Amino acid sequence: MIITGVVGLYIFMLAAFSGWVIIGGVPAILHTPLMSGSNFVHGIVVVGGLYTLLNASTVQEQVIGFFAVLLGAGNVAGGYAVTGRMLAMFQSAPHKAAHAKRSHAKASHSKKA
Amino acid sequence: MLTLIAQLTIDAADIAAAFLFLYGLWRMSSPVTAPAGIFLAGIGMLAAILASFLYAFNVSAAARVQLPINIALAIVALAAGGGAAWWSGRKVMMTSMPQMVALYNGLGGGAAGTIAAAELLGNRMHGPAQLLATLAGALIGAVSLSGSLIAWAKLDGVINKPLRIKGQQLLNGLAMLITLAVGGYIAFSVLAGIAPVIALPTLIYLFFACALIFGVLMTLPIGGADMPVVISIYNAFTGLAVGFEGFVIQNPALMVAGMVVGAAGTLLTLLMAKAMNRSISNILFTRFGTATKHKQGSIVGNLKPTDPADAGIAMRYASSVIIVPGYGLAVAQGQQKLYEFVKLLQAAGVTVRFAVHPVAGRMPGQMDVLLAEAGVPYELIVQLEDINDDFANTDIALVIGANDVVNPAARSDKSSPIFGMPILNVDKAKRVFVIKRGEGKGYAGIVNILFYGDNCNMVYGDAQAVLIKMIEAVRGLGLSSAA
Repeated sequence: MIITGVVGLYIFMLAAFSGWVIIGGVPAILHTPLMSGSNFVHGIVVVGGLYTLLNASTVQEQVIGFFAVLLGAGNVAGGYAVTGRMLAMFQSAPHKAAHAKRSHAKASHSKKA
Repeated sequence: MLTLIAQLTIDAADIAAAFLFLYGLWRMSSPVTAPAGIFLAGIGMLAAILASFLYAFNVSAAARVQLPINIALAIVALAAGGGAAWWSGRKVMMTSMPQMVALYNGLGGGAAGTIAAAELLGNRMHGPAQLLATLAGALIGAVSLSGSLIAWAKLDGVINKPLRIKGQQLLNGLAMLITLAVGGYIAFSVLAGIAPVIALPTLIYLFFACALIFGVLMTLPIGGADMPVVISIYNAFTGLAVGFEGFVIQNPALMVAGMVVGAAGTLLTLLMAKAMNRSISNILFTRFGTATKHKQGSIVGNLKPTDPADAGIAMRYASSVIIVPGYGLAVAQGQQKLYEFVKLLQAAGVTVRFAVHPVAGRMPGQMDVLLAEAGVPYELIVQLEDINDDFANTDIALVIGANDVVNPAARSDKSSPIFGMPILNVDKAKRVFVIKRGEGKGYAGIVNILFYGDNCNMVYGDAQAVLIKMIEAVRGLGLSSAA
Protein backbone atom coordinates (compact mmCIF):
# COMPACT_ATOMS: atom_id res chain seq x y z
CA MET A 1 0.00 0.00 0.00
CA ILE A 2 1.38 3.37 -0.97
CA ILE A 3 -0.26 6.55 0.26
CA THR A 4 0.78 9.39 -2.01
CA GLY A 5 0.77 13.02 -0.97
CA VAL A 6 -2.61 13.70 -2.57
CA VAL A 7 -4.24 10.61 -1.05
CA GLY A 8 -2.70 11.66 2.27
CA LEU A 9 -4.36 15.07 1.98
CA TYR A 10 -7.72 13.41 1.35
CA ILE A 11 -7.29 11.24 4.46
CA PHE A 12 -6.28 14.28 6.51
CA MET A 13 -9.22 16.30 5.26
CA LEU A 14 -11.80 13.61 5.98
CA ALA A 15 -10.32 12.81 9.39
CA ALA A 16 -10.13 16.47 10.40
CA PHE A 17 -13.70 17.02 9.28
CA SER A 18 -15.09 14.00 11.16
CA GLY A 19 -13.01 14.95 14.19
CA TRP A 20 -14.43 18.48 14.15
CA VAL A 21 -18.02 17.21 13.88
CA ILE A 22 -17.63 14.47 16.51
CA ILE A 23 -15.87 16.73 19.00
CA GLY A 24 -18.38 19.53 18.40
CA GLY A 25 -21.06 17.18 19.78
CA VAL A 26 -19.31 16.67 23.11
CA PRO A 27 -20.93 18.74 25.89
CA ALA A 28 -18.75 21.26 27.76
CA ILE A 29 -19.19 19.29 30.99
CA LEU A 30 -17.04 16.50 29.47
CA HIS A 31 -14.32 18.72 28.01
CA THR A 32 -11.61 17.56 30.43
CA PRO A 33 -12.21 13.82 29.81
CA LEU A 34 -12.53 14.66 26.12
CA MET A 35 -9.12 16.27 26.18
CA SER A 36 -7.48 13.41 28.03
CA GLY A 37 -9.40 10.94 25.86
CA SER A 38 -8.19 12.52 22.63
CA ASN A 39 -4.77 12.63 24.28
CA PHE A 40 -5.09 8.86 24.70
CA VAL A 41 -6.13 8.50 21.03
CA HIS A 42 -2.97 10.16 19.72
CA GLY A 43 -1.09 7.61 21.81
CA ILE A 44 -1.52 5.39 18.72
CA VAL A 45 1.86 6.90 17.90
CA VAL A 46 3.25 3.97 19.93
CA VAL A 47 2.45 1.77 16.93
CA GLY A 48 4.74 3.95 14.84
CA GLY A 49 7.34 3.60 17.57
CA LEU A 50 7.07 -0.20 17.45
CA TYR A 51 7.43 -0.09 13.67
CA THR A 52 10.57 2.02 14.00
CA LEU A 53 12.05 -0.16 16.74
CA LEU A 54 11.39 -3.48 14.99
CA ASN A 55 12.97 -2.12 11.81
CA ALA A 56 16.04 -0.84 13.64
CA SER A 57 19.36 -2.22 12.42
CA THR A 58 21.85 0.07 14.16
CA VAL A 59 22.34 0.90 17.82
CA GLN A 60 21.36 4.51 17.14
CA GLU A 61 18.06 3.38 15.61
CA GLN A 62 17.45 1.00 18.49
CA VAL A 63 17.94 3.77 21.03
CA ILE A 64 15.62 6.13 19.14
CA GLY A 65 13.03 3.39 18.62
CA PHE A 66 13.19 2.40 22.28
CA PHE A 67 12.43 5.96 23.36
CA ALA A 68 9.64 6.28 20.81
CA VAL A 69 7.93 3.18 22.27
CA LEU A 70 8.64 4.22 25.86
CA LEU A 71 7.14 7.69 25.39
CA GLY A 72 4.23 6.43 23.29
CA ALA A 73 3.38 3.72 25.85
CA GLY A 74 3.34 6.39 28.57
CA ASN A 75 0.97 8.48 26.48
CA VAL A 76 -1.40 5.53 25.94
CA ALA A 77 -1.47 4.13 29.47
CA GLY A 78 -1.60 7.49 31.24
CA GLY A 79 -4.25 8.89 28.92
CA TYR A 80 -6.46 5.84 29.35
CA ALA A 81 -6.04 5.65 33.13
CA VAL A 82 -7.05 9.27 33.81
CA THR A 83 -9.89 9.32 31.26
CA GLY A 84 -11.43 6.15 32.66
CA ARG A 85 -11.19 7.46 36.20
CA MET A 86 -12.80 10.79 35.35
CA LEU A 87 -15.66 9.33 33.32
CA ALA A 88 -16.50 6.93 36.14
CA MET A 89 -17.10 9.96 38.39
CA PHE A 90 -19.90 11.48 36.36
CA GLN A 91 -23.03 10.09 37.94
CA SER A 92 -26.68 10.77 37.49
CA ALA A 93 -28.78 12.07 40.37
CA PRO A 94 -29.85 9.25 42.67
CA HIS A 95 -33.59 8.67 42.54
CA LYS A 96 -34.11 9.45 46.17
CA ALA A 97 -32.84 13.02 45.73
CA ALA A 98 -35.32 13.70 42.96
CA HIS A 99 -38.02 12.07 45.03
CA ALA A 100 -37.18 14.02 48.17
CA LYS A 101 -37.43 17.30 46.26
CA ARG A 102 -40.83 16.38 44.86
CA SER A 103 -42.26 15.13 48.15
CA HIS A 104 -41.06 18.26 49.88
CA ALA A 105 -43.03 20.50 47.57
CA LYS A 106 -46.18 18.89 48.88
CA ALA A 107 -45.40 18.11 52.48
CA SER A 108 -43.60 19.63 55.44
CA HIS A 109 -40.23 18.68 56.93
CA SER A 110 -41.85 16.64 59.66
CA LYS A 111 -42.55 13.90 57.17
CA LYS A 112 -38.88 13.23 56.68
CA ALA A 113 -37.89 13.96 60.26
CA MET B 1 2.67 -16.02 2.52
CA LEU B 2 3.45 -15.43 6.19
CA THR B 3 4.40 -11.81 5.50
CA LEU B 4 1.15 -11.29 3.62
CA ILE B 5 -0.96 -12.70 6.47
CA ALA B 6 1.00 -10.60 8.96
CA GLN B 7 0.45 -7.45 6.93
CA LEU B 8 -3.27 -8.17 6.50
CA THR B 9 -3.65 -8.74 10.24
CA ILE B 10 -1.91 -5.45 10.99
CA ASP B 11 -4.15 -3.65 8.48
CA ALA B 12 -7.29 -5.20 9.97
CA ALA B 13 -6.28 -4.26 13.54
CA ASP B 14 -5.37 -0.72 12.48
CA ILE B 15 -8.63 -0.08 10.66
CA ALA B 16 -10.58 -1.48 13.62
CA ALA B 17 -8.61 0.80 15.94
CA ALA B 18 -9.28 3.87 13.78
CA PHE B 19 -12.99 3.07 13.72
CA LEU B 20 -13.16 2.45 17.48
CA PHE B 21 -11.36 5.75 18.19
CA LEU B 22 -13.94 7.68 16.18
CA TYR B 23 -16.82 5.69 17.65
CA GLY B 24 -15.45 6.00 21.19
CA LEU B 25 -15.08 9.78 20.92
CA TRP B 26 -18.55 9.99 19.41
CA ARG B 27 -19.94 8.17 22.46
CA MET B 28 -18.58 11.02 24.58
CA SER B 29 -21.57 13.11 23.55
CA SER B 30 -23.20 12.08 26.86
CA PRO B 31 -21.86 11.23 30.33
CA VAL B 32 -23.99 8.07 30.21
CA THR B 33 -22.36 6.55 27.14
CA ALA B 34 -18.86 8.00 27.57
CA PRO B 35 -17.34 5.29 29.84
CA ALA B 36 -18.24 2.57 27.33
CA GLY B 37 -16.82 4.76 24.56
CA ILE B 38 -13.37 5.10 26.08
CA PHE B 39 -13.38 1.36 26.84
CA LEU B 40 -14.01 0.53 23.18
CA ALA B 41 -11.27 2.94 22.11
CA GLY B 42 -9.00 1.13 24.57
CA ILE B 43 -9.80 -2.23 22.93
CA GLY B 44 -8.91 -0.75 19.56
CA MET B 45 -5.62 0.57 20.93
CA LEU B 46 -4.72 -2.79 22.47
CA ALA B 47 -5.45 -4.61 19.21
CA ALA B 48 -3.31 -2.18 17.20
CA ILE B 49 -0.39 -2.45 19.64
CA LEU B 50 -0.46 -6.26 19.72
CA ALA B 51 -0.79 -6.52 15.94
CA SER B 52 2.16 -4.19 15.35
CA PHE B 53 4.48 -6.91 16.70
CA LEU B 54 3.71 -8.69 13.42
CA TYR B 55 5.90 -6.08 11.71
CA ALA B 56 8.63 -8.52 12.77
CA PHE B 57 7.70 -10.77 9.81
CA ASN B 58 8.45 -8.05 7.31
CA VAL B 59 11.75 -6.38 8.15
CA SER B 60 14.94 -5.90 6.16
CA ALA B 61 17.75 -8.46 6.36
CA ALA B 62 19.86 -6.03 8.37
CA ALA B 63 17.11 -5.61 10.94
CA ARG B 64 16.26 -9.32 11.03
CA VAL B 65 19.44 -10.27 12.89
CA GLN B 66 18.55 -7.66 15.51
CA LEU B 67 14.96 -8.86 15.92
CA PRO B 68 15.28 -10.75 19.23
CA ILE B 69 16.92 -7.69 20.82
CA ASN B 70 14.42 -5.33 19.26
CA ILE B 71 11.40 -7.32 20.41
CA ALA B 72 12.84 -7.54 23.91
CA LEU B 73 13.47 -3.78 23.88
CA ALA B 74 9.90 -3.18 22.69
CA ILE B 75 8.42 -5.24 25.52
CA VAL B 76 10.63 -3.53 28.11
CA ALA B 77 9.70 -0.08 26.74
CA LEU B 78 5.98 -0.88 26.69
CA ALA B 79 6.05 -2.27 30.22
CA ALA B 80 8.20 0.52 31.68
CA GLY B 81 6.54 3.48 29.94
CA GLY B 82 3.04 2.06 30.19
CA GLY B 83 3.45 0.84 33.75
CA ALA B 84 4.83 4.11 35.11
CA ALA B 85 2.18 6.19 33.38
CA TRP B 86 -0.64 3.85 34.42
CA TRP B 87 0.47 3.96 38.03
CA SER B 88 0.74 7.76 38.05
CA GLY B 89 -2.58 8.09 36.23
CA ARG B 90 -4.41 5.94 38.78
CA LYS B 91 -3.22 7.88 41.80
CA VAL B 92 -3.06 11.50 40.56
CA MET B 93 -5.45 13.88 42.31
CA MET B 94 -8.23 15.43 40.24
CA THR B 95 -6.95 18.93 41.01
CA SER B 96 -3.62 17.92 39.42
CA MET B 97 -5.29 16.66 36.25
CA PRO B 98 -4.20 19.58 34.01
CA GLN B 99 -0.50 19.00 34.58
CA MET B 100 -0.92 15.23 34.17
CA VAL B 101 -2.69 15.67 30.84
CA ALA B 102 0.04 18.10 29.79
CA LEU B 103 2.68 15.55 30.72
CA TYR B 104 1.06 12.63 28.85
CA ASN B 105 0.56 14.93 25.90
CA GLY B 106 4.25 15.85 25.94
CA LEU B 107 5.14 12.13 25.89
CA GLY B 108 3.08 11.66 22.73
CA GLY B 109 4.72 14.66 21.09
CA GLY B 110 8.10 13.29 22.06
CA ALA B 111 7.26 9.90 20.55
CA ALA B 112 6.25 11.54 17.28
CA GLY B 113 9.44 13.59 17.32
CA THR B 114 11.68 10.56 17.90
CA ILE B 115 10.01 8.64 15.06
CA ALA B 116 10.74 11.62 12.82
CA ALA B 117 14.35 11.58 14.05
CA ALA B 118 14.71 7.91 13.07
CA GLU B 119 13.29 8.61 9.62
CA LEU B 120 15.51 11.65 9.07
CA LEU B 121 18.73 10.04 10.34
CA GLY B 122 18.05 6.81 8.43
CA ASN B 123 17.10 8.91 5.37
CA ARG B 124 14.15 6.63 4.65
CA MET B 125 11.77 9.23 3.24
CA HIS B 126 10.50 8.81 -0.29
CA GLY B 127 10.00 12.03 -2.17
CA PRO B 128 9.49 15.66 -1.18
CA ALA B 129 6.01 15.20 0.36
CA GLN B 130 7.29 12.66 2.87
CA LEU B 131 10.36 14.73 3.65
CA LEU B 132 8.31 17.84 4.37
CA ALA B 133 5.82 15.85 6.46
CA THR B 134 8.70 14.36 8.47
CA LEU B 135 10.20 17.79 9.13
CA ALA B 136 6.83 19.30 10.04
CA GLY B 137 6.07 16.39 12.39
CA ALA B 138 9.53 16.68 13.94
CA LEU B 139 9.13 20.41 14.54
CA ILE B 140 5.59 20.23 15.94
CA GLY B 141 6.30 17.12 18.01
CA ALA B 142 9.44 18.61 19.57
CA VAL B 143 7.71 21.93 20.35
CA SER B 144 4.83 19.99 21.88
CA LEU B 145 7.23 17.93 24.02
CA SER B 146 9.22 20.79 25.51
CA GLY B 147 6.22 23.14 25.66
CA SER B 148 4.10 20.56 27.47
CA LEU B 149 6.89 19.88 29.94
CA ILE B 150 7.08 23.60 30.76
CA ALA B 151 3.28 23.71 31.06
CA TRP B 152 3.48 20.73 33.43
CA ALA B 153 6.17 22.46 35.51
CA LYS B 154 4.11 25.65 35.71
CA LEU B 155 0.88 23.88 36.66
CA ASP B 156 2.67 21.68 39.17
CA GLY B 157 4.27 24.70 40.81
CA VAL B 158 7.85 23.77 39.89
CA ILE B 159 7.95 27.07 38.01
CA ASN B 160 5.69 29.44 39.85
CA LYS B 161 5.99 32.70 37.98
CA PRO B 162 5.63 33.49 34.31
CA LEU B 163 9.10 34.38 33.12
CA ARG B 164 8.97 37.62 31.21
CA ILE B 165 11.95 39.49 29.90
CA LYS B 166 12.43 42.53 27.71
CA GLY B 167 12.38 41.77 24.01
CA GLN B 168 10.86 38.36 24.60
CA GLN B 169 8.67 38.53 21.53
CA LEU B 170 11.70 39.36 19.42
CA LEU B 171 13.65 36.47 20.95
CA ASN B 172 10.79 34.02 20.37
CA GLY B 173 10.35 35.21 16.79
CA LEU B 174 14.08 34.79 16.22
CA ALA B 175 14.04 31.27 17.70
CA MET B 176 11.18 30.33 15.39
CA LEU B 177 12.94 31.77 12.33
CA ILE B 178 16.20 29.94 13.11
CA THR B 179 14.32 26.65 13.60
CA LEU B 180 12.47 27.08 10.31
CA ALA B 181 15.71 28.07 8.55
CA VAL B 182 17.54 24.95 9.76
CA GLY B 183 14.58 22.79 8.72
CA GLY B 184 14.41 24.50 5.34
CA TYR B 185 18.14 23.98 4.82
CA ILE B 186 17.79 20.24 5.60
CA ALA B 187 14.94 19.98 3.09
CA PHE B 188 16.91 21.91 0.45
CA SER B 189 20.10 19.89 0.79
CA VAL B 190 18.31 16.52 0.77
CA LEU B 191 16.05 17.40 -2.15
CA ALA B 192 18.73 19.08 -4.25
CA GLY B 193 21.23 16.36 -3.37
CA ILE B 194 23.84 18.94 -2.32
CA ALA B 195 25.93 18.06 0.72
CA PRO B 196 25.23 20.61 3.47
CA VAL B 197 27.99 22.71 5.06
CA ILE B 198 27.60 20.84 8.35
CA ALA B 199 27.22 17.04 8.31
CA LEU B 200 23.56 16.10 7.89
CA PRO B 201 23.15 14.19 11.20
CA THR B 202 24.58 17.17 13.11
CA LEU B 203 22.20 19.45 11.25
CA ILE B 204 19.26 17.20 12.19
CA TYR B 205 20.26 17.25 15.87
CA LEU B 206 20.58 21.04 15.63
CA PHE B 207 17.08 21.21 14.17
CA PHE B 208 15.61 19.25 17.09
CA ALA B 209 17.54 21.34 19.61
CA CYS B 210 16.17 24.55 18.07
CA ALA B 211 12.61 23.21 18.05
CA LEU B 212 12.87 22.13 21.70
CA ILE B 213 14.25 25.51 22.74
CA PHE B 214 11.52 27.28 20.82
CA GLY B 215 8.88 25.25 22.68
CA VAL B 216 10.38 26.27 26.02
CA LEU B 217 10.64 29.96 25.11
CA MET B 218 7.11 30.04 23.75
CA THR B 219 5.56 28.59 26.92
CA LEU B 220 7.59 30.33 29.63
CA PRO B 221 5.88 33.75 29.49
CA ILE B 222 2.32 32.38 29.55
CA GLY B 223 0.46 32.84 32.84
CA GLY B 224 -1.44 30.23 34.87
CA ALA B 225 -4.93 31.42 33.96
CA ASP B 226 -4.14 31.02 30.25
CA MET B 227 -3.25 27.36 30.69
CA PRO B 228 -6.58 25.98 29.37
CA VAL B 229 -5.65 27.42 25.98
CA VAL B 230 -2.04 26.24 26.13
CA ILE B 231 -2.97 22.65 26.99
CA SER B 232 -5.51 22.58 24.16
CA ILE B 233 -2.96 23.93 21.68
CA TYR B 234 -0.32 21.36 22.56
CA ASN B 235 -2.91 18.60 22.38
CA ALA B 236 -3.69 19.73 18.83
CA PHE B 237 0.04 19.98 18.06
CA THR B 238 0.77 16.42 19.16
CA GLY B 239 -2.20 15.21 17.11
CA LEU B 240 -0.86 16.93 14.00
CA ALA B 241 2.65 15.58 14.59
CA VAL B 242 1.29 12.03 14.95
CA GLY B 243 -0.76 12.49 11.77
CA PHE B 244 2.29 13.66 9.79
CA GLU B 245 4.46 10.80 11.05
CA GLY B 246 1.65 8.40 10.15
CA PHE B 247 1.93 9.62 6.58
CA VAL B 248 5.71 9.18 6.63
CA ILE B 249 5.62 5.58 7.85
CA GLN B 250 2.56 4.97 5.65
CA ASN B 251 0.20 4.06 8.48
CA PRO B 252 -3.33 5.41 7.89
CA ALA B 253 -4.46 4.64 11.46
CA LEU B 254 -1.93 7.17 12.77
CA MET B 255 -3.00 9.65 10.11
CA VAL B 256 -6.68 9.40 11.02
CA ALA B 257 -6.20 9.36 14.81
CA GLY B 258 -3.67 12.20 14.70
CA MET B 259 -5.78 14.42 12.52
CA VAL B 260 -8.95 13.80 14.56
CA VAL B 261 -7.08 14.90 17.69
CA GLY B 262 -5.64 17.84 15.79
CA ALA B 263 -9.17 18.95 14.94
CA ALA B 264 -10.37 18.33 18.50
CA GLY B 265 -7.56 20.36 20.01
CA THR B 266 -8.12 23.20 17.55
CA LEU B 267 -11.85 23.32 18.33
CA LEU B 268 -11.26 23.36 22.09
CA THR B 269 -8.56 26.02 21.71
CA LEU B 270 -10.96 28.28 19.84
CA LEU B 271 -13.72 27.67 22.42
CA MET B 272 -11.38 28.55 25.29
CA ALA B 273 -10.07 31.68 23.57
CA LYS B 274 -13.65 32.79 22.91
CA ALA B 275 -14.59 32.23 26.56
CA MET B 276 -11.66 34.43 27.58
CA ASN B 277 -12.50 37.04 24.97
CA ARG B 278 -8.96 36.97 23.60
CA SER B 279 -7.41 35.91 20.34
CA ILE B 280 -5.00 32.98 20.35
CA SER B 281 -2.07 35.12 19.23
CA ASN B 282 -2.91 37.53 22.06
CA ILE B 283 -2.62 34.72 24.62
CA LEU B 284 0.58 33.30 23.15
CA PHE B 285 2.46 36.46 22.37
CA THR B 286 1.14 39.27 24.54
CA ARG B 287 1.59 40.02 28.15
CA PHE B 288 -1.83 40.33 29.71
CA GLY B 289 -2.88 43.53 31.43
CA THR B 290 -0.08 45.75 30.21
CA ALA B 291 -1.42 46.72 26.80
CA THR B 292 -3.74 49.40 28.14
CA LYS B 293 -3.75 51.12 31.47
CA HIS B 294 -7.39 50.77 32.35
CA LYS B 295 -8.97 53.70 34.13
CA GLN B 296 -11.39 52.37 36.66
CA GLY B 297 -14.71 54.21 36.52
CA SER B 298 -15.97 55.64 39.79
CA ILE B 299 -17.56 52.92 41.90
CA VAL B 300 -20.94 53.44 43.48
CA GLY B 301 -21.63 51.65 46.73
CA ASN B 302 -19.33 49.86 49.12
CA LEU B 303 -18.28 46.37 50.15
CA LYS B 304 -20.70 44.85 52.66
CA PRO B 305 -19.11 41.98 54.58
CA THR B 306 -21.40 39.49 56.25
CA ASP B 307 -21.16 36.49 58.52
CA PRO B 308 -20.97 32.95 57.05
CA ALA B 309 -23.78 31.79 59.34
CA ASP B 310 -26.13 34.57 58.17
CA ALA B 311 -25.39 33.78 54.52
CA GLY B 312 -25.97 30.06 55.11
CA ILE B 313 -29.29 30.64 56.84
CA ALA B 314 -30.42 33.06 54.11
CA MET B 315 -29.85 30.31 51.53
CA ARG B 316 -31.66 27.78 53.69
CA TYR B 317 -34.82 29.91 53.48
CA ALA B 318 -34.48 30.73 49.77
CA SER B 319 -36.38 28.74 47.19
CA SER B 320 -33.69 28.76 44.50
CA VAL B 321 -29.90 29.05 44.68
CA ILE B 322 -27.32 29.03 41.90
CA ILE B 323 -23.72 28.35 42.91
CA VAL B 324 -20.84 29.68 40.81
CA PRO B 325 -17.67 27.75 41.66
CA GLY B 326 -14.29 29.11 40.56
CA TYR B 327 -10.71 27.98 40.77
CA GLY B 328 -10.49 29.41 44.31
CA LEU B 329 -12.83 26.64 45.47
CA ALA B 330 -10.49 23.98 44.10
CA VAL B 331 -7.48 25.69 45.68
CA ALA B 332 -9.24 25.58 49.07
CA GLN B 333 -10.24 21.92 48.43
CA GLY B 334 -13.79 22.91 49.33
CA GLN B 335 -15.79 20.81 46.82
CA GLN B 336 -16.76 18.08 49.30
CA LYS B 337 -17.95 20.58 51.91
CA LEU B 338 -19.80 22.51 49.23
CA TYR B 339 -21.78 19.45 48.18
CA GLU B 340 -22.47 18.61 51.83
CA PHE B 341 -23.94 22.12 52.20
CA VAL B 342 -25.93 21.72 48.98
CA LYS B 343 -27.42 18.44 50.20
CA LEU B 344 -28.57 20.22 53.37
CA LEU B 345 -30.24 22.91 51.25
CA GLN B 346 -31.87 20.30 49.01
CA ALA B 347 -33.20 18.44 52.02
CA ALA B 348 -34.80 21.71 53.10
CA GLY B 349 -36.48 22.01 49.71
CA VAL B 350 -34.18 24.56 48.06
CA THR B 351 -33.58 24.12 44.33
CA VAL B 352 -29.81 24.23 43.89
CA ARG B 353 -27.83 24.26 40.66
CA PHE B 354 -24.21 24.87 39.73
CA ALA B 355 -23.27 27.34 37.00
CA VAL B 356 -19.91 26.61 35.38
CA HIS B 357 -17.97 29.08 33.24
CA PRO B 358 -15.96 27.49 30.39
CA VAL B 359 -12.63 28.71 31.79
CA ALA B 360 -13.29 27.84 35.45
CA GLY B 361 -10.17 25.83 36.24
CA ARG B 362 -6.81 25.23 34.62
CA MET B 363 -8.04 23.18 31.69
CA PRO B 364 -11.35 23.10 29.78
CA GLY B 365 -14.06 21.53 31.92
CA GLN B 366 -11.90 20.97 35.00
CA MET B 367 -14.51 22.41 37.38
CA ASP B 368 -17.08 19.91 36.08
CA VAL B 369 -14.72 17.04 36.91
CA LEU B 370 -14.01 18.42 40.39
CA LEU B 371 -17.74 18.71 41.13
CA ALA B 372 -18.37 15.21 39.78
CA GLU B 373 -15.58 13.91 42.02
CA ALA B 374 -17.33 15.44 45.04
CA GLY B 375 -20.44 13.47 44.06
CA VAL B 376 -22.51 16.24 42.45
CA PRO B 377 -24.87 14.61 39.91
CA TYR B 378 -24.20 15.94 36.41
CA GLU B 379 -27.82 17.08 35.98
CA LEU B 380 -27.14 19.83 38.53
CA ILE B 381 -24.08 21.13 36.68
CA VAL B 382 -25.19 23.66 34.08
CA GLN B 383 -23.04 25.51 31.55
CA LEU B 384 -22.97 29.27 31.08
CA GLU B 385 -25.19 29.59 28.01
CA ASP B 386 -27.88 27.30 29.48
CA ILE B 387 -28.22 29.01 32.85
CA ASN B 388 -27.47 32.68 32.26
CA ASP B 389 -31.10 33.71 31.72
CA ASP B 390 -32.15 32.00 34.96
CA PHE B 391 -30.20 34.27 37.31
CA ALA B 392 -32.91 36.94 37.10
CA ASN B 393 -35.45 34.48 38.58
CA THR B 394 -33.10 33.20 41.27
CA ASP B 395 -33.26 34.17 44.92
CA ILE B 396 -29.60 33.80 45.76
CA ALA B 397 -26.41 33.40 43.74
CA LEU B 398 -23.40 32.10 45.68
CA VAL B 399 -20.01 32.88 44.12
CA ILE B 400 -17.07 30.89 45.49
CA GLY B 401 -13.53 31.75 44.44
CA ALA B 402 -14.54 33.23 41.09
CA ASN B 403 -13.98 36.85 40.15
CA ASP B 404 -13.47 38.02 36.57
CA VAL B 405 -16.04 35.59 35.14
CA VAL B 406 -18.80 37.27 37.19
CA ASN B 407 -17.73 40.90 36.66
CA PRO B 408 -20.61 42.84 35.03
CA ALA B 409 -18.03 45.29 33.62
CA ALA B 410 -17.63 42.76 30.81
CA ARG B 411 -21.16 43.70 29.71
CA SER B 412 -21.29 47.40 30.51
CA ASP B 413 -17.85 49.03 30.65
CA LYS B 414 -16.42 49.45 27.14
CA SER B 415 -13.05 50.60 28.50
CA SER B 416 -12.59 47.47 30.64
CA PRO B 417 -9.96 44.95 29.47
CA ILE B 418 -12.52 42.17 29.89
CA PHE B 419 -15.26 43.96 27.93
CA GLY B 420 -17.07 41.49 25.68
CA MET B 421 -16.00 38.40 27.62
CA PRO B 422 -18.95 36.09 28.22
CA ILE B 423 -19.75 36.23 31.94
CA LEU B 424 -22.23 34.62 34.30
CA ASN B 425 -24.96 37.20 35.00
CA VAL B 426 -24.74 36.75 38.76
CA ASP B 427 -25.54 40.42 39.40
CA LYS B 428 -29.09 39.85 38.14
CA ALA B 429 -29.96 37.50 40.99
CA LYS B 430 -32.06 38.95 43.82
CA ARG B 431 -29.23 38.48 46.30
CA VAL B 432 -25.57 37.61 45.86
CA PHE B 433 -23.08 36.16 48.33
CA VAL B 434 -19.41 36.08 47.41
CA ILE B 435 -17.00 33.86 49.32
CA LYS B 436 -13.53 35.30 48.86
CA ARG B 437 -10.21 35.09 50.64
CA GLY B 438 -9.82 38.85 50.88
CA GLU B 439 -10.38 42.10 49.05
CA GLY B 440 -7.84 41.38 46.31
CA LYS B 441 -8.48 41.78 42.62
CA GLY B 442 -8.95 39.00 40.09
CA TYR B 443 -6.47 37.73 37.54
CA ALA B 444 -7.23 40.61 35.17
CA GLY B 445 -6.34 43.07 37.95
CA ILE B 446 -9.60 44.97 37.78
CA VAL B 447 -12.12 45.86 40.44
CA ASN B 448 -15.30 43.82 40.31
CA ILE B 449 -18.31 46.15 40.39
CA LEU B 450 -20.52 43.18 41.29
CA PHE B 451 -19.09 43.22 44.82
CA TYR B 452 -20.25 46.82 45.31
CA GLY B 453 -23.81 46.22 44.17
CA ASP B 454 -26.75 46.76 46.55
CA ASN B 455 -27.72 43.09 46.32
CA CYS B 456 -24.24 41.75 47.11
CA ASN B 457 -22.66 40.69 50.42
CA MET B 458 -19.09 39.54 50.89
CA VAL B 459 -18.16 36.55 53.04
CA TYR B 460 -14.43 36.70 53.66
CA GLY B 461 -12.36 33.65 54.46
CA ASP B 462 -11.04 30.34 53.18
CA ALA B 463 -13.77 28.68 51.12
CA GLN B 464 -13.62 25.41 53.03
CA ALA B 465 -13.70 27.11 56.46
CA VAL B 466 -16.61 29.33 55.41
CA LEU B 467 -18.58 26.36 54.09
CA ILE B 468 -18.07 24.47 57.34
CA LYS B 469 -19.53 27.46 59.24
CA MET B 470 -22.48 27.60 56.85
CA ILE B 471 -23.17 23.88 57.33
CA GLU B 472 -23.06 24.29 61.13
CA ALA B 473 -25.44 27.26 60.95
CA VAL B 474 -27.99 25.43 58.81
CA ARG B 475 -27.73 22.27 60.95
CA GLY B 476 -28.21 24.47 64.01
CA LEU B 477 -31.71 25.30 62.81
CA GLY B 478 -32.73 21.89 64.08
CA LEU B 479 -33.44 20.23 60.78
CA SER B 480 -30.28 18.16 60.68
CA SER B 481 -32.30 14.97 60.57
CA ALA B 482 -33.73 16.08 57.26
CA ALA B 483 -30.30 15.70 55.71
